[in-house]
Amino acid sequence: MDILPILSTLRRHKLTSWLLILEIALTCAIVCNAVFLIGQRLQRMDMPSGVAEHELLQIQVADAVVPPNPYARISEDVAALRQVPGVISVASTNEVPFGNSSSNGNLRLDPNQPERTLNATTYFGEDIAKTMGARLISGRDLQPDDFMNVDVVLKALGTGDSKNIPSVTLITRTLGERLWPGQNPLGREVWLTPTVALRVVGVLDSLVRPNAYDTSSAQYTMVVPIRMGASKDESYVIRTRAQDRDAVMTAALAALKKIDPLRVVTTQRSFDDIRNRYFQDDRAMAGMLAGVIIALLIVTALGIVGLASFWVSQRRRTIGVRRALGATRANILHYFQTENFLLATIGIALGMALAYAINLFLMTKYELPRLPAEYFPIGAIALWIIGQLAVLGPALRASAVPPVVATRSV
Amino acid sequence: MFAYYLDLALRSLKRNKVLTTLMILALALGIGATITTLTVLRLLSGDPLPQKSAQLFYPQIDPNPKDGYVAGETKPAPTMTYPDAMNLLHARRATRQAAIVLSQAKVMPLQANSHPFFSDTVMTTADFFAMFDAPFQFGGGWNANDDEGAAQEVVIASFLNDKLFGGTNSVGKVIRINDHDFRITGVLKPWAPQPRFYSQDLGGRSYGDGDAVFLPLKSGRAIKMGPGDIECYAAVSDMDHLEAAPCMWVGVWVELGDAASIASFKEYLANYAKQQVSLSRFQRSETSLLDLMGWLRDQQVVPDDVRLQAGLAFGFLLICVVNTVGLLLAKCLRRSREIGVRRALGATRSAIFAQFMVEAAIVGMAGGVLGLVFAELGLLGIRHQPAEYASLAHLDLAMFLFTFVVALVASLIAGILPAWRACVLAPAPQLKAA
Repeated sequence: MDILPILSTLRRHKLTSWLLILEIALTCAIVCNAVFLIGQRLQRMDMPSGVAEHELLQIQVADAVVPPNPYARISEDVAALRQVPGVISVASTNEVPFGNSSSNGNLRLDPNQPERTLNATTYFGEDIAKTMGARLISGRDLQPDDFMNVDVVLKALGTGDSKNIPSVTLITRTLGERLWPGQNPLGREVWLTPTVALRVVGVLDSLVRPNAYDTSSAQYTMVVPIRMGASKDESYVIRTRAQDRDAVMTAALAALKKIDPLRVVTTQRSFDDIRNRYFQDDRAMAGMLAGVIIALLIVTALGIVGLASFWVSQRRRTIGVRRALGATRANILHYFQTENFLLATIGIALGMALAYAINLFLMTKYELPRLPAEYFPIGAIALWIIGQLAVLGPALRASAVPPVVATRSV
Repeated sequence: MFAYYLDLALRSLKRNKVLTTLMILALALGIGATITTLTVLRLLSGDPLPQKSAQLFYPQIDPNPKDGYVAGETKPAPTMTYPDAMNLLHARRATRQAAIVLSQAKVMPLQANSHPFFSDTVMTTADFFAMFDAPFQFGGGWNANDDEGAAQEVVIASFLNDKLFGGTNSVGKVIRINDHDFRITGVLKPWAPQPRFYSQDLGGRSYGDGDAVFLPLKSGRAIKMGPGDIECYAAVSDMDHLEAAPCMWVGVWVELGDAASIASFKEYLANYAKQQVSLSRFQRSETSLLDLMGWLRDQQVVPDDVRLQAGLAFGFLLICVVNTVGLLLAKCLRRSREIGVRRALGATRSAIFAQFMVEAAIVGMAGGVLGLVFAELGLLGIRHQPAEYASLAHLDLAMFLFTFVVALVASLIAGILPAWRACVLAPAPQLKAA
């Protein structure tokens, strides 16, 4: 296809051509960035938790009357839950992956270090790794005699009595790699306060923190052998087979109510629900962005249809002359298709530059990463396709113009 | 003259229905998206207490250790320790002052066989109601003596009064909170400032129904009500006696009437911090006294996502305007001959210009009406989103009118270039071509 005649025609329609190019460029720039934002959200929603999500249930209860011995109450509840048919394992924990509410500590590699090395979350409770299904990749799990009651620990922290403070911890692989790059973390010590050091006895493959914001710190997790007492902030985590979850939940609630009929169940959900809820804003945002992309492409397509129709009706005479001089219908069709391709290409080239500029702006304002190169072709391909689809109707109408038009005066 | 242009424009729009529909549809989509996101943005950045917000201030000081401190560049802590809050409160340097802690109260209904439920609770001090203009339906608040004496008195929200007492005057009656009896001193009228400015950084929600239970801070603490958010800056050995722990969990608000009292309170706050530094209780002397809207901005109540959506919608509208420019231009170039005839018959350039601007305005108004439909659909979608503010997303009268302003401005901007091209067209060649 000869493009020189097309260029010379376009030169006579400078204004309308540039408007179309501008529209394509703006659409391309916004589509590139919006697709990138969707990608970011989807990537975040895919964040691994390290636990057996489809097999876990979480229950939180608030007791009507504060139990005299909160540790005994937890043991009683856990024992009752273990009796429920279908329950594989039960743990009580102060926090759950993606549960939002969290307990965190500042870690130092040296007690005299003025600034913290990093901030990690601390899970407290027995059987957490086993019940949640966080895989131990080296060392050992926490043993019952590692555990201490939280009131004893708090008192010991006040008096400086190191005997009543836990001395061991589990950490995640990522946390180990970050604290001691390239070394085996087993047996190493990390300082929670200038006087409290915890020795790493086991390494978990993965266990995400309750409030994971970015992928880099999402796995900064420790499991510390502290036994918590019953309170409305404590969770019972139950492991069961995926197909038994509903039945087990009903039976578990009944078992807990049997211990104290007046207690209030404040949370009852599966881990699938927890993940859904944690990422609901991301899902909504991704959906909204997808909607905008579609609407934008529709508007741009409408614009192309409108202008192409205008050009076709304006050039009916010329088309008739060309047909009379021997051009086939296919020639006319290809002419308009090539014209659109040329305009789209110029628009896309401009749009890429604009997409990059918008991304730079978003990077400074919303702490977004740089737009990776692979997102640019997405916008380009989308607009080439939209352009070709939109121009097809008017181009077909052009190719249907009979040669006899050339001989008519109006 | 205007009526004639209107007639001409309508004829011209009718002549080419497809092109007209395309223009209106595209413009309406852009306007719909813009109005939807602007409604949400306006909702989120709105003033929760317009009549009072300029007089309400949020003092901040900083008991954090030296760690990571850069003098002059570190923001003070968002909440206060109990002793600091009490010191500021007892100094009575402002017209009114209140300490605020959010919690959950377990409320036991009076009916037999009913189950207790948890309600959002504000532990505060006597000035709270007058300072925030919280209106009473029955009774009133408690006084400063009740604060000090940890009186078992409570103010409840109207929705809780409806639930427990069927909406009757319940002042003087008793409700059971966390297994203790509290006497009701007042019932509020429906009151839920959006966003709930006083709950920022205290562990509460920002939107939705208001709080249900209000009781004196000391009374709440006496029955072991815990704060919704605790931030400790040193090792804690006793979480039960938070009043003495190195932890921040109290928000303080003050009401200051005029510039002089604001300046003097600022000075008092700075002196207080300096005094604490000299006593070695504090390591940092930074203070801050933001007004209500300043505090909301500081807390970034408007999520980044919503700003991003609004930006995106404006980009969308821009594309729609460019689209309309192109289509209007196509329409007007197609009518070159008609313009030539009108010019030859004596129409001035400004007459032609006006005629095309009227046509653009009609497209704009039609786009506005359809855009309103799209905006309502968009807001319907927003209301089904999981966000806290979702149920509040409604088009109000101001946004309704603003829709037409946006539509008109967008279409007139889009109309300028085509109308200009039309009016500079030389009549002779057009007539000759015919």
